[in-house]
Amino acid sequence: MSDRRRWIGERVPRIEDARLLTGRAPFVDDWEPPGTLHVAFVRSNLPHAKILDIDTAAAAAHPGVAAIYTAEDLGALCCPGPVLVPPPPIEGAIFHARTPLPLAREIVRHQGEPLAMIVADSRYIAEDAAALVSVDLDALDAVVDLSTALNEGAPLVHSDLGSNLAAHVRQTKGDYEAAKSAADRVVARRFRYDRGVAAAIENRGVLAEWDARADRLRVWDTTQAPIPIRAAIASTLGLSEAQVRVIAPFIGGGFGPKVMFYAEEILIPWVAMQLGRPVKWIEDRYENFFATTQEREQLHESELALTEDGRILGVRDHFLHDSGAYDPYGLTVPINSQCTLLGPYRIPNYESEFRVVFTNKPMVTPVRGAGRQHGVFVMERLLDIAAKELGLDRLDIRAKNLLDPDEFPHNHEIIYQDSAPLTYDSGNYAPALAEAARLIGYHDFENERRAAAADGKRIGLGIVNYVEGTGIGPYEGARITVEPSGKVRAATGVGTQGQGHFTAFAQVVAEAVGVNPADVRIVTGDTSEFHWGTGTFASRGAVVAGNAFGAAAQAVREKILAHASEALEVSEEDLELVDGTARVRGAPDVSIALGELARRANPLRGAVKPGTEPGLEATSYFGPERGTTANGVHALIVAVDPETAMVDILRYVVVHDCGTVINPMIVEGQIHGGVALGIGNAFYEELTFDEFGGTTNASFMDYLLPTATDVPAIETAHMVTPSPLNPMGTKGVGEAGAIPVAAAFVQAVEDALREVAPTLELVDIPLSPGRLFEALQDAGEEA
Amino acid sequence: MKPARFDYVAPTNLDDALSALAAGGGEARALAGGQSLVPMLNFRLGGPATLVDLNAVDELAFVEPTEEGGLRLGAMARQQTLEHDPLVRIRAPLLAEAAPWIAHAQIRSRGTIGGSLAHADPAAELPALLMVLGAQARVARAARGSESGARIERASSLCDLYLGPFFTSLEADEILTEVEIPGLRVGEGTAFAELARRRGDYAIVGVAVRVRLGADGLCEDAAISLINAGPTPCLAEDAAAALLGEVPTPAAIANAAEIASLQCSPAADMHGSVAYRRHLVRVLTNRVLLRARGRARERVV
Ligand SMILES: Cc1cc2nc3c(=O)[nH]c(=O)nc-3n(C[C@H](O)[C@H](O)[C@H](O)COP(=O)(O)OP(=O)(O)OC[C@H]3O[C@@H](n4cnc5c(N)ncnc54)[C@H](O)[C@@H]3O)c2cc1C
Repeated sequence: MSDRRRWIGERVPRIEDARLLTGRAPFVDDWEPPGTLHVAFVRSNLPHAKILDIDTAAAAAHPGVAAIYTAEDLGALCCPGPVLVPPPPIEGAIFHARTPLPLAREIVRHQGEPLAMIVADSRYIAEDAAALVSVDLDALDAVVDLSTALNEGAPLVHSDLGSNLAAHVRQTKGDYEAAKSAADRVVARRFRYDRGVAAAIENRGVLAEWDARADRLRVWDTTQAPIPIRAAIASTLGLSEAQVRVIAPFIGGGFGPKVMFYAEEILIPWVAMQLGRPVKWIEDRYENFFATTQEREQLHESELALTEDGRILGVRDHFLHDSGAYDPYGLTVPINSQCTLLGPYRIPNYESEFRVVFTNKPMVTPVRGAGRQHGVFVMERLLDIAAKELGLDRLDIRAKNLLDPDEFPHNHEIIYQDSAPLTYDSGNYAPALAEAARLIGYHDFENERRAAAADGKRIGLGIVNYVEGTGIGPYEGARITVEPSGKVRAATGVGTQGQGHFTAFAQVVAEAVGVNPADVRIVTGDTSEFHWGTGTFASRGAVVAGNAFGAAAQAVREKILAHASEALEVSEEDLELVDGTARVRGAPDVSIALGELARRANPLRGAVKPGTEPGLEATSYFGPERGTTANGVHALIVAVDPETAMVDILRYVVVHDCGTVINPMIVEGQIHGGVALGIGNAFYEELTFDEFGGTTNASFMDYLLPTATDVPAIETAHMVTPSPLNPMGTKGVGEAGAIPVAAAFVQAVEDALREVAPTLELVDIPLSPGRLFEALQDAGEEA
Repeated sequence: MKPARFDYVAPTNLDDALSALAAGGGEARALAGGQSLVPMLNFRLGGPATLVDLNAVDELAFVEPTEEGGLRLGAMARQQTLEHDPLVRIRAPLLAEAAPWIAHAQIRSRGTIGGSLAHADPAAELPALLMVLGAQARVARAARGSESGARIERASSLCDLYLGPFFTSLEADEILTEVEIPGLRVGEGTAFAELARRRGDYAIVGVAVRVRLGADGLCEDAAISLINAGPTPCLAEDAAAALLGEVPTPAAIANAAEIASLQCSPAADMHGSVAYRRHLVRVLTNRVLLRARGRARERVV
């Protein structure tokens, strides 16, 4: 429509940044109602133990302590938490649900599992008292090593199960065995892919206030999913949902673990009701390494069957997935690995089988990327190795196997995390790969390599593909209201964690309603403003909530036009919505402000026509039939010092396709953040455990996050292949940047060292200089 | 991660600080830049009953030239002065070269020279740097019981200061007040290198060296000190000795680096195995000796 100023696609500066950057954006810990009590938890320092005794007498007598609770004091509250994401209906799948108690009883199954909760006048006093609680634990053998956890005679995390198997899933397409016997070449390798903590700047926190006179509970919570949390609190505490208001204010990063429903989110409100005082718990960084979920290891045994000229005939992948001590998030992470492995490639035969394993380590749930990087790593490594063995160019072997634009929708015949068949909706992969190759200078790289070598430098290039399933259901909603001031209020339940929702959603609304995005006030993360929805996860905000906003904005637009047509006595077709007014095309002086229309749409006296709805307001919901698939290519150049095994990233290129781009700057920001996370995963971050299962690096001194000086400038290019599954054509982008980094990184490092260590094969992530040194030593011995 | 209760005093001169420490009877600790001590308090690792804050003791915050061409550095001089003070650049270029590798700018603006030396982290740069320069530390305490005078002072070589990881010969009532560094001599060159996971991290391994060449090109003096290659900062004495009286050819330097690598005793941690650290000691010693040799040659008259 010609009258619409195009806001979608514009680089609108982030509306929320003024508040964030000047310290005016409130976070949970910024609230402190008078009389607030503070909580510290006594946590197990052993990963696996029998609880013999917890003596709280001395702590209870400590001045300033209001209450202490152990599992025995919780009554009916002390029952296992819910399975948040039931496993998809995959034929023959086995899934043993084991979820944690709010406070451990009888057995502790991972380090940091909470044993007692101390409520005191300040966090200082609560920690003083925590030191006075005497805990008598009888250490049990711990399950630490994933590769041996399923062995006969291994210690058991859940003794009633008889083994540490949490789940077993097998999905197949075609006939891998037949493909293998027809193959000219089969490449088989083992891979290990390990990840770490999400390391949001803001740790978790909960503040609860029970208003006994109003009979209402208010909870401030660092959650990505305020509405499901409200439902859980209400049902657990026996309240009506209308009595519970959950506010997720600004969140200092979520990255996945803040979608979880944690024991603290029920304990803190419960205690606030028990004591009739506001109660606050703010997780500290040390606790975060145990009390917040993380991602960890998978061990893959994988095979790629090909023809002599590099055409993929089939893939077989068997892997073990560490779920930690419990599995409340179902199978999301390993299913993502299983499905994302296929990438942008034509893979006629696929056999994939995984076993999820309980270990005595903190719980594993999705962290940005959510298992997808594991799958991409395996596939891209197999292709690199195959290219070497077959003497093919690594770009050619990839290009040759890409799905063509006319192969969409492409059904992979296996089930995805959203319980729908894994069907790619649209994609245009070859141009993305070609563009990345062009931007990184692939075809001229041998000259660059020689020039660098003349300077005594070893440089290498990496280039990999990935496809990401994004934008899954079930649904989100939005309500848009034009206020008498002419400004627009737009609420959703999706929750936010810093992605730029206040800007991107405002653009969607502004475009339809004919206002400036700065005049659209997005409200999110408050169940009293909008109470239907699921949350921000799985790269779905822009797709699912975005299209709900789009639909609601369209409905409001229609109401505006109807009212304006009546007020100005012209037909709707002759009207345009511009700069907060409805005006007559070609006669801009004949106009009426949206605020005035809003007033007229809500008369305070007189009669209205039967069936009239008040106000310029509309509520819409959007639920896609299944997720949409985004894709991209990452390419980088590294310099490696073979003597010290130190690696520098010299350039980084991302070509990305997330369909319709609402705001390129925000998309780029998401990619930059994701790449930083991916670089951390590839080269810096690693959770280390001792042989007894204790974490040995639970602080940022030894758990290394990449800092600004470790992340290179990232060059991005956008391709646009709209999704047919939603009206705006958007696909998700939130996790994209993090997914293929490790695969690209090791390829580049190998490439840089190809003369020094021709047999070097990097099959373990994270790499570190120390591990690269060892791999070089091994390769040297082999050669 | 909240500290346990402690008392706090902020004396304004050294004698008051010394008596406050003495009054603590082993339970008081000096607070300098707080960049290591405060995190330890937050982790409740050995919480002292009293903190004696040295930040108002101005007499400890100085950088002064000595008549012999060297420098005196007060314990409360901030690490950032090593980076920015022109006097340090001229008289102790090694310190200026290495200072940017000590933590981050923000931390160097609070962290002190005395704090780093007293903290005795085997991965810290300053102890090793000062060792290779042949610095002497001065230590003071309040007179005990029958001792006469208000203050007892002693000197200690840097090597004598270090007994183990995070463990020095400083007594609970002692304050390290300053270090004195001899001036750079004719024909003397220094150099430093370290490898850290990220800019600002403690070293995986670091090496600092000083060599002096005679007019004949022979090595008259050499010192090599290693960072994070043993339980304490230490001098690789045999490696340095191998250079004495020799022309420091690439082969002689490689030999010294090999000795340093064989004789050091690094520990393994998540950032590197023993083998990796030994290997890095060899690579870095080789590199910095070559660099120091070049600088020494420029200063031979
Ligand atoms: C993120 C981070 C990175 C860091 N990276 C590095 C690094 O790469 N290299 C490095 O060397 N350091 C590093 N540090 C440590 C930093 O240099 C500290 O400042 C230093 O180790 C201690 O100095 P301080 O003045 O802060 O001492 P404080 O923390 O105040 O004190 C440390 C200890 O020394 C004692 N003490 C202090 N002054 C005296 C004195 N005059 N006499 C006797 N005892 C005294 C205290 O009682 C305490 O036990 C890092 C610190 C941080 C937080």
